[in-house]
Amino acid sequence: MAEKLYISTSPHIHSGDTIERNMRWVIIALMPALVASFIVFGLGALIVTATSVAFCLLFEWLIAKFLLKIKDTTISDGSAVITGILLAFNLPSNIPIYMIAMGALIAIGVGKMAFGGLGKNPFNPALVGRVFLLISFPAAMTSWPVPHQFMAYTDAVTGATPLSLMSLIAGGDASVAAQLPGLSSLFLGTTGGCLGEVSVLALLLGLVILLWRKVITWHIPISILATVAVLTGIMWFVNPVLYVNPLYHLCTGGLMLGAIFMATDYVTSPMTTKGMVWYGIGIGFLTVLIRYFGSYPEGMSFAILIMNGVTPLINNWCKPKRFGKIAK
Amino acid sequence: MLPILTAILVLGVIGLILGIVLYVVARKFAVDTDPRVEQIIEILPGANCGGCGLPGCAAFAEACVKRDSMEGLNCPASSSEVMQQIAAITGRAVQELTPKVAVVRCNGSCENRPRVNNYDGASRCVIAAMQTGGETGCFYGCLGCGDCVTVCKFDAIHMNPETGLPEVDQEKCTACGVCVKACPRGIIELRNKNKLDRRIYVSCVNKDKGPVAKKACAVACIGCGKCVKVCSFDAITLENNLAYIDFEKCRLCRKCIDECPQNSIWAVNFPPKRVVTPAAETTLEPVKESVEQDKQDN
Amino acid sequence: MLKTFKIGGVHPEPNKISAGKKIVTAALPKQAVFPLSQHIGAPAVPCVQRGDTVLVGTRIADPVGFVSAAIHSSVSGKVAKIDTVVDTSGFRKPAIFIDVEGDKWESDIDRSDTLILQCTISQQEIFDRIKNAGIVGLGGACFPTHVKLMPPKDCKIDTLIINAAECEPFLTADHRLMLEYPDQIIVGIRIMLKALGIEYAVIGIEENKPDAIALMRAKTSMVSGMEVVPLKMKYPQGGEKQLIEAVTGRRVPPPPALPVSVGCVVQNIGTVFAVYEAVQKRKPLIERIVTVTGKSVQNPSNLKVRLGTPISQLIEAAGGLPEDTSKIVSGGPMMGRPLLGTDVPVVKGTSGILMIPESDAVRHKERTCIRCGKCITACPMGLEPYLLAVASEMEDWERAEENWIMSCIECGCCQSTCPSRRPLLDWVRLAKSRVNDIIRARNTKI
Repeated sequence: MAEKLYISTSPHIHSGDTIERNMRWVIIALMPALVASFIVFGLGALIVTATSVAFCLLFEWLIAKFLLKIKDTTISDGSAVITGILLAFNLPSNIPIYMIAMGALIAIGVGKMAFGGLGKNPFNPALVGRVFLLISFPAAMTSWPVPHQFMAYTDAVTGATPLSLMSLIAGGDASVAAQLPGLSSLFLGTTGGCLGEVSVLALLLGLVILLWRKVITWHIPISILATVAVLTGIMWFVNPVLYVNPLYHLCTGGLMLGAIFMATDYVTSPMTTKGMVWYGIGIGFLTVLIRYFGSYPEGMSFAILIMNGVTPLINNWCKPKRFGKIAK
Repeated sequence: MLPILTAILVLGVIGLILGIVLYVVARKFAVDTDPRVEQIIEILPGANCGGCGLPGCAAFAEACVKRDSMEGLNCPASSSEVMQQIAAITGRAVQELTPKVAVVRCNGSCENRPRVNNYDGASRCVIAAMQTGGETGCFYGCLGCGDCVTVCKFDAIHMNPETGLPEVDQEKCTACGVCVKACPRGIIELRNKNKLDRRIYVSCVNKDKGPVAKKACAVACIGCGKCVKVCSFDAITLENNLAYIDFEKCRLCRKCIDECPQNSIWAVNFPPKRVVTPAAETTLEPVKESVEQDKQDN
Repeated sequence: MLKTFKIGGVHPEPNKISAGKKIVTAALPKQAVFPLSQHIGAPAVPCVQRGDTVLVGTRIADPVGFVSAAIHSSVSGKVAKIDTVVDTSGFRKPAIFIDVEGDKWESDIDRSDTLILQCTISQQEIFDRIKNAGIVGLGGACFPTHVKLMPPKDCKIDTLIINAAECEPFLTADHRLMLEYPDQIIVGIRIMLKALGIEYAVIGIEENKPDAIALMRAKTSMVSGMEVVPLKMKYPQGGEKQLIEAVTGRRVPPPPALPVSVGCVVQNIGTVFAVYEAVQKRKPLIERIVTVTGKSVQNPSNLKVRLGTPISQLIEAAGGLPEDTSKIVSGGPMMGRPLLGTDVPVVKGTSGILMIPESDAVRHKERTCIRCGKCITACPMGLEPYLLAVASEMEDWERAEENWIMSCIECGCCQSTCPSRRPLLDWVRLAKSRVNDIIRARNTKI
């Protein structure tokens, strides 16, 4: 026999899955929404996305190499790229570069590396970055460019988004109801908002890719969307003047983006399917609560971050069905 | 101006109230501790190594004060001065322990004991020892994953990457015994430090028959018994094809070293001898561990 | 809808490349080596010594206690020595070495091929023949068969399940056995039913063996009380508890409960054949079918091998060791034992020899757990492997026990799906051993 034999114990084969493979398919699933954001917001979208990804990679490399003194930095596993894209998707297309850099620093530095890097963070890094920017620069983060200004960046003209209109309506101002765009334009993505949230169609395409490649299961997205649909449906039924059709809720704001890409982040979501469903219900409930009774028009980011905090508890309570457990 | 003053006043008053509450609670619910326990904890090394057999330095300090006598209580990681101080604090007699040091009884380096296979499982000795006989032909020797290194709290044992064996730093080793427990093959032993830190031991734990052991490792003990015959102090016993030197009986005369055809017996911290024992029937040079440089007497 | 187990499972490539190869009798070895522990329970003690002459079928080691098995010589010749050998466990174990001379058999063994249908002996006599033949479970676990066929009096057994799932990739020994000896298997099942005193047996066969399913269906339709159940191809369908659930819908409670507590006894189909030979032909367990296979193997084969044959000989028969072999496994790729060399002898539990190329065998570098939950999805026992592995690393044995670690069947599904390539099963095995010691200490105190 020529060479030495490996002598580790079973199993001796592997399905071939790797961290990189899963990250790669998430990035591919994000491509339709990325293309949609370029079509709708033009140059601004390109600059914001590229900047965000570049800074996320840079900060992860710097922190890993010089602060944590790790020899093999993990920037090649794709997780920093995904954080960069998702952070960008949560920003308006006219946000200046220095704000993006700060957001990336907080997202990667505080949201991820401070806890020990990949796999150790309790909160979704992109959302940590986004919420930091929202609280630090509320004006910049809540002025969204009107769509189809292809060569505009920080000089874009801004306008109201459907979500801000909906919260005005809920506040009693029925006059703006006429300004609300139709469902089809919401679905396709020809309205204002953050980069990644506008085209529901593109996001749903991403969901199909993720499910097909077995990167995620249906539990989290469906439980979030179902909870939101049911709760807003009940409210619309009770008072259709104040509360809009649930389909409007599903197609506006970061709900679709959050349900498909942010809440399903492996590290910060529960491990069992039962836990995932409760997690999704919690997120849906909190989103509707904040949208209708909170002072922000958008509640998704906060809802997800709050439920991220609850995830360890969910993991403790929601254990998988044990084989042979005798029902009491 | 007024809002600032109000804020300072309100916060100050809250702080004061909470401070008083904390003080009262601390006095009322205070646990009566013997102040001697604190004193002892101060002078202990604080490594929580478990060498005393108790869970941590605080537990040891409590036991010193609470128990009736100091029998069986000894901190191996402390110097004898520290133990005397504890004796003074508790007002009891402390046993004198002979200074010991951890000894790795395996010389199966990559040169002496060729690796014929590749263990690529989880890098823990306990796991490797459970799963397989090992990467070499010797199923008793050091597995090289470094469990002993991980558990040492005194930075006294390190893996030598060239030999694949752990090496004990005798200056730092406190003979607390955690590495002895960590080694799944019982290779590490606490042996007397002796004057000038000299010690002699059989650097092998292989219990296979002679030819099998020798095939696997050039410096394995083959159980020939020559050392047993030559020892005039009855310090060496042979059991299961393996010689063992009793460190209480050994007088460090080094006669056994000349007799051993396998160069399995090691003498540490002795001046070099004139005649070098030839390694029998092998062209492999046994590799000396770097710690065991023969020191010159001053 | 094919029946299957509901929780977990993975779908490795079946790679049944030797499924079409008829069983070929392997050549006799020059020296046969018999480790004394080829079964669960106390190792046997030799009843021969150096220089003794033995025939094929001579008993060479006696069982010790109830849960133990006898060992018989598979060759005729002289006992060369009683020494140690590195066996499939990866450790050096005591064994009997016999130099082979000729091929003379014990006179009471019926070597003819005639099918003997009738079994008129008593239940006790069946037990004795099975026990004296040293039969153990040939699926790989090697539990003494006579013990399994004597369940405790208070357990009501109603179903005998024959495990012909062969869910491990590459292995085809059971498949070929069904195709080439179906009648003997039917008689063997009938003998086992008589031994257990029950009337109903089910043969579970995975759907990737349609020819075996059709053939066994045809044979069982001619007798009463036997049924064939085709099963969905999913690993580990052949696991005892998973098989019972798929076939009967019942779930065995966690350890220390056994299949008998849900009224079932499971036997591997190879064991059934050995029982036929022992009871009807007075032939002790001296040979078995071994699949010698691998992606780069020149001639993947199903060999009828005498126990004690060195594996190197089987590898030669399959065309030699492929150049790219970096791991040799006794058994299948999911649960088999790695071999330290090719001098290892074939024992009762050697269902296959698998030669794995570097590209498949190499373990990637271990990364941090990304909490994807794929290990939980894969685990057929509903456990959380990531949590058990961390508990093991932290030496938190209580937490491991609280999370049902003793239910782990060590199937390897978790580690084979982990994207971070964490050695989950290595850690779980460590924790299982420690928790087992704790439980045992706890029970002796009570």
